[in-house]
Amino acid sequence: MSTNNEKRNTYYESIIKQGYSRRDFMKFSTYMAAFMGLESSMVGQIAQSLENTPRLPVIWEHYQECTCCSESFIRSNHPIVADIILDRISLDYSLTLMAASGYQAETAKHETMKKYKGEYILCVEGSIPLGDDGNYCCIAGKSAKDTFLEAAEGAKAIIAWGSCASNGCVQAAKPNPTEATPIHKLVKNKPIIRVPGCPPIGEVMAGVIMHVVAFGRLPKLDRLGRPKAFYGKRVHDTCYRRPYYDAGLFAETFDDENSKKGYCLYKLGCKGPLTYNACASMRWNNGISFPIQSGHGCIGCSEEEFWDNGPFYERTTKVPGFPVESNADTVGKVTAGVLAGGIALHAVGANISKRKELMDRVKRGKSNEKNIDS
Amino acid sequence: MVWELPVRFFHWLNVLTITILAITGFIIANPPALQSSAEATNLHSFGIVRFIHFGAAYIFFFNMIFRLYWSIVGNKYASWRAFWPFSKKTWNNFWHVLKIDIMLLNEDHPDVKNISIGHNSVATLSYLALFFIALIQVFTGFALYADTSGWWLPKLFDWVSPLLGGDFVTRTIHHISTWIFILFSIVHVYLVFYHDWLEGRGEVSSMFGGYKFVREDRVKKAIKKENEE
Repeated sequence: MSTNNEKRNTYYESIIKQGYSRRDFMKFSTYMAAFMGLESSMVGQIAQSLENTPRLPVIWEHYQECTCCSESFIRSNHPIVADIILDRISLDYSLTLMAASGYQAETAKHETMKKYKGEYILCVEGSIPLGDDGNYCCIAGKSAKDTFLEAAEGAKAIIAWGSCASNGCVQAAKPNPTEATPIHKLVKNKPIIRVPGCPPIGEVMAGVIMHVVAFGRLPKLDRLGRPKAFYGKRVHDTCYRRPYYDAGLFAETFDDENSKKGYCLYKLGCKGPLTYNACASMRWNNGISFPIQSGHGCIGCSEEEFWDNGPFYERTTKVPGFPVESNADTVGKVTAGVLAGGIALHAVGANISKRKELMDRVKRGKSNEKNIDS
Repeated sequence: MVWELPVRFFHWLNVLTITILAITGFIIANPPALQSSAEATNLHSFGIVRFIHFGAAYIFFFNMIFRLYWSIVGNKYASWRAFWPFSKKTWNNFWHVLKIDIMLLNEDHPDVKNISIGHNSVATLSYLALFFIALIQVFTGFALYADTSGWWLPKLFDWVSPLLGGDFVTRTIHHISTWIFILFSIVHVYLVFYHDWLEGRGEVSSMFGGYKFVREDRVKKAIKKENEE
């Protein structure tokens, strides 16, 4: 853990100091360019900016969360990510990973906030509870909301790690007892990068940070504030099982022959067709696998309110305001049935009520028929 | 002439596309188990179903645009004015139709003027409502489609999903609205039969041939009125 008295080394200086070779450094730059989806000609630019940019001060706050984002981050592909970006250089404050604790830790944070006002990046992991005056989550005697607003004040930009900070995740699932709130609802005047996922892919997290470091500005974001490079495609549209989908070959249960053959998990409730993430292209744990490759459908963890949007293992559509068991099709069928019954009653009723009119018409028709020459 | 050829054309093309869209839509929502041992390489059945759905959606959409155009240049029964819901006449007729046709009450002295030549007010309002449901289908449908398309038209709708809170919600709305179309069709077809059979004006065949039987005295009035204008 760095202290604020140190001279601000450039990334390159720190990496070399750590004992990595220039070759390692260049490999790392290439990796990062690839993760960010850049052309190979951009590798030089990344290397150059890492050589010349002094480290970016980062404050990493933890609120209502499970630390799976940090876990994912430190497992990202290249050791330099964990070693340099996170552990050694950049992190001025992180509850989980810092050596200091208690008073010292809080002092270090406040020093960073003062010294690098308007320069530091605020990373937030976890949602912020607003219920009961924010008492559900307190750090160093202060509520999460107060701590967050204080840290956000002088931040250059805010990164919302994971679904908690981006969408509220499981804490915000109905009935949301703590009123867990994603951070973009609390701060409006700062650029916010949302990196949803439970957790987000480690390489994606590294890629986002590296983009800010290497280019000095935020990556291109979509309408929901997510980096386009990683959240521009649906899991479904990049999935290696997609050909089975197009062919109409689906696994019906988890233990049938089709499932063994690796057919599409669409009918088992895979949320890939509705979920924007890079899982299918970048994969997890050094590119080894991702849920669908392991035989389990996507649960849509990077989408808003994925806990409340219907069961994980069915393709049913929940209708708001109806009991849990009913889906759109049940409601539709019942309504159609009721309607058919109503129509039958109406037809019978019409025959009785409009009898006179109908009889008149029949009579007239008969008399007309008599007048036809034939 | 009540229903001009383009109006009838619109109606039947609508019937066709909505039927295709509903059927393929339900297949997409819950595909049948395929009993095939062929390799995925040689199969494209689900892709074809989706292609039909998207193709029919485009036809449905352009048909809708065409109908909007015709509501400006078409006759008075096709005009947008006939669908404008904020006039006193509309609402008088609305309550009348509710009383006589839905609640099945009888009048002592039926007034022929209460029987509409074009749509009655309840029908007008239901078509207006259906138009908005169709708009919802177009917006949510293209929103879900936008991401896989390179064309600017569907891309115009790529803001819908983020606004609603993601593809989950968008899909749910798209799916529920389909049922509204189905429920509408049931009632619509029944009421057309009902009017045909009770009023004997050729309600059903009017959508094929374009003509309805109208009392002689009313026709004269209409021609006279036209001459005066």
